[in-house]
Amino acid sequence: MSRATREAYRDTLLPMLERHPELICLDSDTGLFSADHAVAAGEQYVNLGIAEHNLMGMAAGLAACGRIPFVNTMAAFAASRALEAIKIDIAYNRLPVRIMATHGGLAAGHLGPTHQALEDLAVLRVLPGMTVVVPADAAATEAFVEQSLDVSGPLYVRLGRKATPALPEAPPPVIGTAQTLREGGDVVLAACGPYPVLACLAAADDLAGHGIEATVLNVHTLRPFDTETLTAAARPARLVVTVEEHWRSGGLGGAVAEALAEQTAPTRVLRLGMPDRFVDTVGNQEHLVTHYDLTAERVVRTVRTALDTAALSGTTR
Amino acid sequence: MTATQATALDTLEEVAARIRSHVVDMCAGPEGGHLGGAFSSVEVLTALYFSVLDVDPRRPDDPERDRFLLSKGHAAVALYATLAERGFFPVGELSGYGRPGSRLMGHPVRAVPGVELPTGSLGHGLALACGFALAHRSAGRDARSFVLLGDGELQEGSVWEAAIAAASLRLDRLVAVVDRNGLQLTGATDRIAPMEPLADRWRSFGWAVREVDGHDAAALADHLAAAPWEPGRPSVLIARTVKGHGLPFLAGRAASHYVTLSPRNHARARAALRTTETAG
Repeated sequence: MSRATREAYRDTLLPMLERHPELICLDSDTGLFSADHAVAAGEQYVNLGIAEHNLMGMAAGLAACGRIPFVNTMAAFAASRALEAIKIDIAYNRLPVRIMATHGGLAAGHLGPTHQALEDLAVLRVLPGMTVVVPADAAATEAFVEQSLDVSGPLYVRLGRKATPALPEAPPPVIGTAQTLREGGDVVLAACGPYPVLACLAAADDLAGHGIEATVLNVHTLRPFDTETLTAAARPARLVVTVEEHWRSGGLGGAVAEALAEQTAPTRVLRLGMPDRFVDTVGNQEHLVTHYDLTAERVVRTVRTALDTAALSGTTR
Repeated sequence: MTATQATALDTLEEVAARIRSHVVDMCAGPEGGHLGGAFSSVEVLTALYFSVLDVDPRRPDDPERDRFLLSKGHAAVALYATLAERGFFPVGELSGYGRPGSRLMGHPVRAVPGVELPTGSLGHGLALACGFALAHRSAGRDARSFVLLGDGELQEGSVWEAAIAAASLRLDRLVAVVDRNGLQLTGATDRIAPMEPLADRWRSFGWAVREVDGHDAAALADHLAAAPWEPGRPSVLIARTVKGHGLPFLAGRAASHYVTLSPRNHARARAALRTTETAG
């Protein structure tokens, strides 16, 4: 079943507002919450208009007085326009503000680079105390929004825009623990976000046909990073491939490379992400993911090429 | 000792003079300090902490307390001196300002008792105070939220984002003070980015506006105690001040913005403060 993660967030939050009077939803004219939703939420919903710095500052002020704000904005505006307020007002004070950022990655599609966020994971995950999660489908979003009540300090949740496919049945996702979707000893495919995770699952099927067994990790939490699960999967493997809707630097690939580089027996890491340029073509999210080759075929090609090279270099020794 | 008792013993002018004296000593330390903007805001801080704010240094986290934010965080030396005089921490600690190991950083930090939230990057305080005010109102608390802005700081767009929100939400227990000293780091604010007619600008954003001599602590206290001045509107008090007020060799000069007082100038400053005190 396809469903938008941002809608899953909204539909999960609304009943939570009734149960938890300390929660407050601050909007920035995103249109995610209708007039009826606003009426139903009463004083627990406030539309502050198109002013993202003020949105984050007010959320911090409210949080300093004991409220738990959920702030709605687009990932592009959270990660750049409002970044200083997130850094100083929220992260510096370790305040429990929930930054619910829609249009993450390529989800803005044809709206173009102004509305796409391909730097947010890099920028947010370096802030001390910030929890950063990327649900890969609507069900995970529901789980994370509910679990957010147990997260101390600030939380950034990267959401999508339009409906994306549901992941196959898997153990329930838990913030902070990478989700193992498939186990195999040869390579690790690590991804976050709807299309990258699906691409890795499809790639794993294809690779199995070539006798290559892959572990597929849904690394939905970039911070705090689950080094343990990654290391355990990577230790026996010959290769780790990361896939994400993000520039190649600083996001999931960066987090995986950092984590493995600090282990005694690092495994080679290949990072698949967006090329080092702004999106220059029109298309919806699915089209752009394909256009920029964040696909199962690319993952398969990457793995097979890398392993062939390793095999060749092995024979020359 | 409550603020009322303190003012019964010492006039607001006497308290302000002691705060200036502490600031001068801190600015003679190894790192110096933002003397000019600290001096222009001394009476505002004195009026707030020794007459207006409902705060108790023994219970700095009382949820019912009024809240104050120094949005122009570079005036930290004045805030530290005020908080120490008000009993939030020992006055003796001020001598550690700017020295390794001290918690008194160049901009206010939460480690200092009485500091609500850290500030220093300009344009943050009003939004934070809006958050305080909204939280107080929805909790049914009468507490007020105060914020001190610099006039140069008004060049930050985020100030006006917050000004819109405060008026739109009818946060009438939110009170802003603008330290209108007319100078910023490199010169006159109105030469760098004209802000007049300042009162009309705030009024047009839906705020109740008053103007006052920012070095008249009693008048400041009267206006601030009376807020909200108009039901449903946030209040802004434009305090006309002089950067470096009270030090003839620095007053009204942009050069007073950041000062490390040499031993000679430290002595001059102390002498000038004594003269002012005697004359007053």
